[in-house]
Amino acid sequence: MTALGLTWRQYRLERKMFWRNPSAAFFNFVLPLLFLALFGAIFSGSQQDLDVIVPGIAGMSIMTTTFVALAMNLVFLREQGVLKRLRGTPLPSGNYLAALAGHAVTNTAIQLTIVIGTGALLFGVGLPHDWLMLATFVAAGVVCLAALGVALSHAIPNFDSAPAYVNAIFLPVIVLSGVFYDAENAPTFLRDIAQALPLTHLIDGLSAAMVTGAPFAHHLDDLAVVLIWAAFGIVLAVRGFSWEARRG
Amino acid sequence: MIRAVDSAAPAILVRDLHKSYGAVHAVQGIDFEVAAGEVFGLLGPNGAGKTTTVEVLEGYRLRTSGIVSVLGHDPGGRPRALRERVGIVLQSSGIYRHATPRELVAHWAGFYPSPRDVDEVIGLAGLGECQDVLTRKLSGGQSRRLDFALALVGDPELIFLDEPTTGFDPAARRAAWDVIRTLAELGKTVLLTTHYLDEAQALCDRVAIVKDGRILAVGAPAQLGVGASSRYRVAWRDESGELVSRETDDPTALLHQLTSAALARGVGLADLSVSRPSLEDVYLELTAEAGVEAAGRADAGKASR
Repeated sequence: MTALGLTWRQYRLERKMFWRNPSAAFFNFVLPLLFLALFGAIFSGSQQDLDVIVPGIAGMSIMTTTFVALAMNLVFLREQGVLKRLRGTPLPSGNYLAALAGHAVTNTAIQLTIVIGTGALLFGVGLPHDWLMLATFVAAGVVCLAALGVALSHAIPNFDSAPAYVNAIFLPVIVLSGVFYDAENAPTFLRDIAQALPLTHLIDGLSAAMVTGAPFAHHLDDLAVVLIWAAFGIVLAVRGFSWEARRG
Repeated sequence: MIRAVDSAAPAILVRDLHKSYGAVHAVQGIDFEVAAGEVFGLLGPNGAGKTTTVEVLEGYRLRTSGIVSVLGHDPGGRPRALRERVGIVLQSSGIYRHATPRELVAHWAGFYPSPRDVDEVIGLAGLGECQDVLTRKLSGGQSRRLDFALALVGDPELIFLDEPTTGFDPAARRAAWDVIRTLAELGKTVLLTTHYLDEAQALCDRVAIVKDGRILAVGAPAQLGVGASSRYRVAWRDESGELVSRETDDPTALLHQLTSAALARGVGLADLSVSRPSLEDVYLELTAEAGVEAAGRADAGKASR
């Protein structure tokens, strides 16, 4: 079988397993949509707020489908011994990891479609102004947050503690990065922290592409921050990768 | 580098294998060979270095020193050409929880260049009844059958089984043994580890007794008993009904003494027997140290012969 064929087969298995697991599907799709619906209802009187919340939830969706999902999945697969078992088969590691990544990206794409569609149809945000810019930021965000998710999985000792580790990062980050409010309105010290985080800049880029229509050239610094985090994440993801549960 | 095997070359060759984890020397100079088509057992107590040895051969761990050849390859680099010819049953390993055995066997078949027929493998592994049940609902024994099926579907020449029946009830053990015997009948080379004497005795052509990272004895289960000791054991019940046994190099003389004395007193010798040391005796003798005897005896109590 060709390398692409092997990856495709593995990808299809991952998709099938995903849809058969209701809790995974819930965390990946229903939760962000629930947030969107709730905040949409809260801010329904204010188009200005809706214009903030839709790209914010879009950014959060990228983080849940890549960072959160990969960190949790990899710890589970490592702990259960699935990774070790697969490593003993002829399936090359690269094909397997590509299939896992493709699986995560598919979830990102589905979720962004729902979020952007809901924003346009129900929340009056309109369709994105700059599709190329949107695609660029989404791609950079996916690579960055997926790599950081893989890197985080190395630091998590076992599956029982995975939700604690993941949420200890995910929850502060989504709040700080301005998913639910305009980060410009936060106190200075919080803004300073937020400026260091990739999600803040990802959301800025998404917001420009989806809502404000600000030119791409004005957001190259945002893209640069996301890419720097991506490079950092990739190094950590590759260096610490373990196919086996920790001993003892 | 060792060249590709011809049929006479051993499937596995291990020379002076050492493996350390930091200050812990898990394997301290192990040598053995496994011939093609042979069922070879590494028998020893927990912590003897069996799993470490097998995982070096499987390519999961890099050896500290020594020579290792598996089907003519150095497993250290995990060459794909080797992985295509080897099936691995790990001590414990999870699997996709929302898939059925049939789906997984079919999926695994796609990893290999010339897999066996999926239905055939399901049959061989005895998964027929549960082939369409989600794996998370399988019993321990059924999960183990699935492990065997996944290791077998690529039609490997060599199969590693790391403690294939640990923690099983007797029925599940027997079922697993049947599958392993089937593997042997198919001409597969099998390397298994176990801490069950009866398992080694029931399944293996040859056994290496491993302790503290070293091999203490190697041989066919029957020969190990004989070879390690020239002694015979003579046992009988004395007048109080207690079982007495005595070891001797010369059973003829001992029997003569015993029977003469018994005849002279006009009493019988209930349950009189003469036996060669079993693998069990050798194992207990070789591994006799704190903690080991208890485990060995408990297992040996269930021995099949």
